[in-house]
Amino acid sequence: MSRMMTGARMVVEALRDQGVDTVFGYPGGAVLPIYDEIFQQNDITHVLVRHEQGAVHMAEGYARSTGKPGVVIVTSGPGATNAVTGLTDALLDSIPLIVLSGQVPTFMIGTDGFQEADTVGITRPCTKHNWLVKDTGKLAETIHKAFHVATSGRPGPVLVDIPKDVQFASDMYVEPKQVDTGRYQPVKKGNIEAITRLVELMEQAERPILYTGGGVINSGPAASQLLRELAEATGFPVTSTLMGLGCYPASGKNWLGMLGMHGLYEANLAMHGCDLMINIGARFDDRITGRLADFSPNSVKAHIDIDPSSINKVIQVEVPIVGDVAHVLEDLLNVWKSRGSKTNSPAVAQWWKQIEEWRGKNCLAFRNSDTIIKPQHALQRLDALTKDCDRYITTEVGQHQMWAAQYLNFEEPNRWMTSGGLGTMGYGLPASVGVQMAHPDAVVINVAGDASWLMNMQEMGTAVQFRLPVKQFIMNNERLGMVRQWQQLLHGERYSQSWSDSLPDFIKLAEAFGCKGRQVSDPKELDAAIQEMLDYDGPFILDVLVEKHENCFPMIPSGKPHNEMLLGEAETLGVIESDGAVLV
Amino acid sequence: MSALNISKGMSSHSAYDLRDPNGQIEESHTLAIMVENEPGVLARVIGLFSGRGYNIDSLTVAEVDHLGHKSRITVVTRGTPAVIEQIKAQLGRIVVVYAVNDLTVEGPVVERELGLFKVKGQGDKRVEALRIAEIFRANVVDSTLESFVFELVGPISKLDAFADLMRPLGLIDMARTGLAALSRGL
Repeated sequence: MSRMMTGARMVVEALRDQGVDTVFGYPGGAVLPIYDEIFQQNDITHVLVRHEQGAVHMAEGYARSTGKPGVVIVTSGPGATNAVTGLTDALLDSIPLIVLSGQVPTFMIGTDGFQEADTVGITRPCTKHNWLVKDTGKLAETIHKAFHVATSGRPGPVLVDIPKDVQFASDMYVEPKQVDTGRYQPVKKGNIEAITRLVELMEQAERPILYTGGGVINSGPAASQLLRELAEATGFPVTSTLMGLGCYPASGKNWLGMLGMHGLYEANLAMHGCDLMINIGARFDDRITGRLADFSPNSVKAHIDIDPSSINKVIQVEVPIVGDVAHVLEDLLNVWKSRGSKTNSPAVAQWWKQIEEWRGKNCLAFRNSDTIIKPQHALQRLDALTKDCDRYITTEVGQHQMWAAQYLNFEEPNRWMTSGGLGTMGYGLPASVGVQMAHPDAVVINVAGDASWLMNMQEMGTAVQFRLPVKQFIMNNERLGMVRQWQQLLHGERYSQSWSDSLPDFIKLAEAFGCKGRQVSDPKELDAAIQEMLDYDGPFILDVLVEKHENCFPMIPSGKPHNEMLLGEAETLGVIESDGAVLV
Repeated sequence: MSALNISKGMSSHSAYDLRDPNGQIEESHTLAIMVENEPGVLARVIGLFSGRGYNIDSLTVAEVDHLGHKSRITVVTRGTPAVIEQIKAQLGRIVVVYAVNDLTVEGPVVERELGLFKVKGQGDKRVEALRIAEIFRANVVDSTLESFVFELVGPISKLDAFADLMRPLGLIDMARTGLAALSRGL
């Protein structure tokens, strides 16, 4: 049954037909007709943000914690340009988002009208795809296609730009099932010959490793389950990128911890020394590989990825498998079982012995203090006091983010939301708001640094307005900690602009927003402070004054291979050479 | 620690160097890209080349299927084999790209470009220009007492050679279409 309606109503109707329950947005002149329709319905909750960047990060938090796409509505011009950072963040981390932006009416496009920007031009390189809809008759179809593109294949953000006259005009509504999406159908099943080849390699491998990434989580809960089965069936060690934490449980017996620049010693050494590397949904990012020429020099590499352009982009692999992680792992396990495959268990046992030796280094050890809170200790206590909760963690970007990845333990996928690819300071607070919208009864904690947190602190207003009890765990060192660390290691301890002067009083700030805050500086009071934060029925800012000059270790200095990790302060002098210094 | 003194090229073999570390030589490839003929599609393709630092030596685009809304973009690009593979993969993931064909590796190919060349001259030079044009089978499509406009169709190298010969004979302006290419046979 086709129905005549305005473009603005089509937007709401299409969102409803796509199963959307929550949108994050900010009204403005060019989206007034859409907001008028939002006013006249109750199926979709609109979360009024304080800045459009916050809306996009909220939608990311919502999407990553639910597996469903996040939806954002912004107005034309500045509304759209404010969304650009979030779009780029979602593109690099492969998060499905649909951003609907208002635009000046079609007859004014190109005239430099008030709040006009070339939104599709500006967002073309930071979306998976985008559309400018000039005809109301195409609007519903385009929105349905946008959902399809955002969630199919490698997920990503899309944007639909809707001029105001298109919102006012009327035409026939098109339902999702009437829309032909057959043209864009990325392949899901992996090549069975390549999968069989990988199984043969797994049977022979003496020093295998499963190198997992965000693709496992994006593939859905089944992929994480199958990964666990694969690890169980083979006994192979499992490591993960920052993006993949939780796809294999931290308590699992095959778990090595995170790898990469601030990854665990045993994980990086195992990557370096392995003879079979099985990359499952990761992308050989520069944070992972270190110096390419010396990256895992003696291994045969297999790469499972849904995006063909990820394969052989930086690292040449012997066994490429293009497909969805869950589909490929299912086939892989079937081949493994039907062949009655067995691992080379004496060799693998020897490999584990070597790994245990590396683990014996205890690379996450740190010197604790009775008088000052060490950030690592703060996170260990946070983990201990929340591990039995229904817990979701978001982070900002910097030292605290790496410590959170090292010291918090994740048992399930979709529980860890962090800006991995783009490294967006200001991500964590709005992301925590988005997560809490999706999971009202869960404990949602944003592990933050003082500098990052300030970047989108206006969103505390959103948290208070919507009674979202997000916990802001600010590890306050009055520094831009990671910048300071690099200046210490690389720039002769000249700390250019890397301290936080004139920080607000976070307790008063919390009160000003209408929530609660507390400061803690004594290690003996830390547990009580964390408990108060958790017990408080509402948003809470915990200002944890931590050691100001703590550095984040272990660390692979830029331009170095995995086996040249630094474990602590004593090893840091002059470690980054001039060719490494040029890297970020 | 000494102040930063980073000479150019020091960072090769880093994660930031996408070129093959074995230093393979660059190859020229002709890519045929079938795209949905929608607004902005050319900007998407070109933006990919500029955004990721790939080369475009030649580019042509025109609608080839009006009912099916399809256009064909022909790009001549350069890179090591690994870079060429990456270009094709990156093009392939653009939502409105139907197919990417590497004509250079897919077999024999017909490659043609059309060029218009304005040559100014009198006397011997004018006669010589006309004589060379005949050798190249170029057509005269405009003439005054002091000038010709020649039209020439052929591979890029033929047009380059023609231009080189015309330059001393009074070549004052030139317009070239860029390369169109089709695979030979079925």
